[in-house]
Amino acid sequence: MNGPRVSPTRGLTAIDGAMALIVLLLVVQMWLLSATLDAYLAGHGDAALPGAVISGVLFLACGGLCLFVIRLEKLRRVGGAVDSGSSP
Amino acid sequence: MKPEKPTETSPDQGAGTGDRPLWREEFSIYKADERYVSRRQLTKFLTLTSLAMFAGNAWILVKSWLRSRVTYPERAIARAGEIPVDGVKLFEYPGPEDQCILVRTSEDRYVAFSQKCTHLSCAVYYSPAHHRIECPCHEGYFSIEDGSVLQGPPTRPLPRVVLERRGTDLVAIRMEAEREAR
Ligand code: FES
Repeated sequence: MNGPRVSPTRGLTAIDGAMALIVLLLVVQMWLLSATLDAYLAGHGDAALPGAVISGVLFLACGGLCLFVIRLEKLRRVGGAVDSGSSP
Repeated sequence: MKPEKPTETSPDQGAGTGDRPLWREEFSIYKADERYVSRRQLTKFLTLTSLAMFAGNAWILVKSWLRSRVTYPERAIARAGEIPVDGVKLFEYPGPEDQCILVRTSEDRYVAFSQKCTHLSCAVYYSPAHHRIECPCHEGYFSIEDGSVLQGPPTRPLPRVVLERRGTDLVAIRMEAEREAR
């Protein structure tokens, strides 16, 4: 079966990059959640809406990167690329 | 030790993902595949964590929307002159579970705050000697004027009970959080 081939090392590098980006977004999201919670407890209800919207956007970005990783892996499998690396 | 992945497709491997059973994709016996599988699974877990964060933010949004719709009852909590200057009276407002403290700071000035410390919810008390509200748990001190934090671990002021004088009655009309209290 022919499909787009993904170079194994490049594939892994791309996946690692996407994962690093997800971790970065998660850290921002964590900070956002704690800041919004703090503001809510202090009586600032108006911070809740922008907080939720931005958190939703960050989640969508994470979801997009997750789909990218899944797709990349699928492409590699379908393309039949073989990883030359053997170390665990 | 896991075997190296063969360079040719083995017969039981199937031609593509469609032919392979799901378990073979999730539990590869090849080291090379496993590196992808573990990364994919971690990515899914991180994305779920992101979803949980978003759910937390959405929950805060719902809670603050509900809070903005709360209406406070008007309730007479004491009579003017009932307590001496520097005296206190405890009362519940707005619900029966919400302990509050009323302080008469001068001849004709009364202030009331929630009695729950904004640090870890210990019950605060009024110290006439220092003219401030104190928390015995971690020595958090609050101003008697507006409930703002003077010292200690609390970062938020005490919620204030807005009082109104109606004849000889002191009536609690609502609670005010930090921003409004300033
Ligand atoms: S609970 Fe009041 S200072 Fe910690």
